[in-house]
Amino acid sequence: MKFFHLIWSNLKRRKLRTMLTLLSVFVAFLLYGLLCTIKEAFTAGVTMAGADRLIVRHKVSLIMNLPVTYQARMERIPGVAAAMHWTWFNGIYQNEPKNFFGSFPVEPAALLAMYPEYLLPESQKQAWLKTRIGAMAGRTLADRFKWKIGDRVQLTSPIWPRKGDQPWEFELVGIYEGAKKGTDTSGFFFRYDYFDEARVYGEGLVGWYVARVTDPERAAEVAKAIDAEFANSPYETKAEPEGAFAQGFVQQIGSIGTILIAILTAVFFTILLVAGNTMAQAVRERTEELGVLKAMGFTNGLVLVLVLAESCLIAAAGGLTGLGTAWLVTVGGSPVPAILPVFYLPPEALMVGAGFVGLLGVLAGILPAVQAMRLRIAEALRRTA
Amino acid sequence: MNEQSDGRLVEVNGVEKVFHRGSEEIHVLRDLNLTVASGEFLALMGPSGSGKSTLLNLIGGLDRPSKGKVSIAGERVDELPDRRLADWRARHIGFVFQLYNLLPVLTAERNVELPLLLTHLSRAERKKHVETALGMVGLAPRARHYPRTLSGGEQQRVGIARAIVTDPTLLLCDEPTGDLDRKSGDEILSLLQALNKEQGKTIIMVTHDPHASARATRTLYLDKGQLSTEPVK
Repeated sequence: MKFFHLIWSNLKRRKLRTMLTLLSVFVAFLLYGLLCTIKEAFTAGVTMAGADRLIVRHKVSLIMNLPVTYQARMERIPGVAAAMHWTWFNGIYQNEPKNFFGSFPVEPAALLAMYPEYLLPESQKQAWLKTRIGAMAGRTLADRFKWKIGDRVQLTSPIWPRKGDQPWEFELVGIYEGAKKGTDTSGFFFRYDYFDEARVYGEGLVGWYVARVTDPERAAEVAKAIDAEFANSPYETKAEPEGAFAQGFVQQIGSIGTILIAILTAVFFTILLVAGNTMAQAVRERTEELGVLKAMGFTNGLVLVLVLAESCLIAAAGGLTGLGTAWLVTVGGSPVPAILPVFYLPPEALMVGAGFVGLLGVLAGILPAVQAMRLRIAEALRRTA
Repeated sequence: MNEQSDGRLVEVNGVEKVFHRGSEEIHVLRDLNLTVASGEFLALMGPSGSGKSTLLNLIGGLDRPSKGKVSIAGERVDELPDRRLADWRARHIGFVFQLYNLLPVLTAERNVELPLLLTHLSRAERKKHVETALGMVGLAPRARHYPRTLSGGEQQRVGIARAIVTDPTLLLCDEPTGDLDRKSGDEILSLLQALNKEQGKTIIMVTHDPHASARATRTLYLDKGQLSTEPVK
């Protein structure tokens, strides 16, 4: 610590250059934080997927429906503990396309049993079971539209018109929370029996199923058994683990991880050059001073550490501020909840970012530091003379 | 470290220093012998390129001789490994440079404190030592000034305070008045003289200036890599 003042004073020597370098590092780590947040937003479904859940969809495409009768047949297959169905409703609130969110007719008890990560108070669950037009919204969605329990919510769906050309009307009876940080709480669920009876067409059909297996180790085997059960029927199925299903969904827009790594590699390489150049210049300018320090008795090792510490201080000041700013930006929630409902900077990404800060400091400073360490005193002082 | 019983502090025996420039060998010092007694104020004079600064560097452990021995108070400086040599310099040598070589980003007191950062002294103890050193060179009131706000003479006084703050065995001054006007130069020489007479500091000073060498207790002349007691004709 007694050398801190010396290190700090050296950074103040060329204030503009130091500020510009700090700014570059700051922007790089802000970008890193935001890209990690976006990656998390896109892949939350993959990371939050249950290992014991299978997604069973129509073999041809997800948009093709399956009979509701499959649920009972599926539950009879050995290895299947429970099954439930989902249907994509595509609800829009207040007839505003921007007020779009994920909405699904489901069987309430089956949904809550299948997804223990959706936390709903027992009283609200009972209310939902009793109320035919009852609906449950996630906390994020409820906050977005400032809904509260008891509110009447009208939705329209371009896929599923209601008989009588009426909007779909629901009573909000429950607001669920997520058990984990990454749990999606932007969904809107309502009762399938109400939906099935009131829709204009498609009676008895559902979108896809989710089946819980008794033993996650046997998930692949059970998936095969499910597909075999419905083979050679008009509605053949494709069963796959929930994680793989979510991954496939994400990959429709490209490999987020690869894009992220490509961008960050370019950014870090550029910043490494910027910070490395700053340190190299700083050492070159101070050749005589380093010679004087060594003449006083500063060892080669100490000079190496001082230069490295200077480099690490620049990286830490810019990098940690960048990471902190990214965290502050994301802590306020998603700016586009309809597209990216799960929006937060994972703590693991913060820790990896902090590691990168240290790595940047060392890599940017190591060559100038070695150069300073190897500096011969007599030669350095001769430059002055 | 103490001088030897016969009072000899610096002993340079049969020292040669050869620099290489491509395939060319430049013999800067040739079979040079020098003894400096403890408490002596020695002036080294000679034309440019005569090897004065090279000799000073060898005595101060900043460079190593190509041949010969350099002993300070009986310790073979030329044989010390780099790490120990750095520690030895920190404890025993104070350097004063022609161009002061203060760190421009540090105040006078922070510059003087630098050698003390290598000691185990507490912050309060370092502060006390710095105040004492700056007081000795008459610059206590300007302790918080940056070098750019000080005159050349004042900067050199800070340089001297930095050199003496650890109470070194030997002060090595490389043309300490070379960049100063006569008045400031005289002040610096008086200061060095006082350090020698009143504090008993052993000083070796390289200079071109006969006026400066007149303040020393002994003057030696270096030419073509060898010492003599007579000026070069």
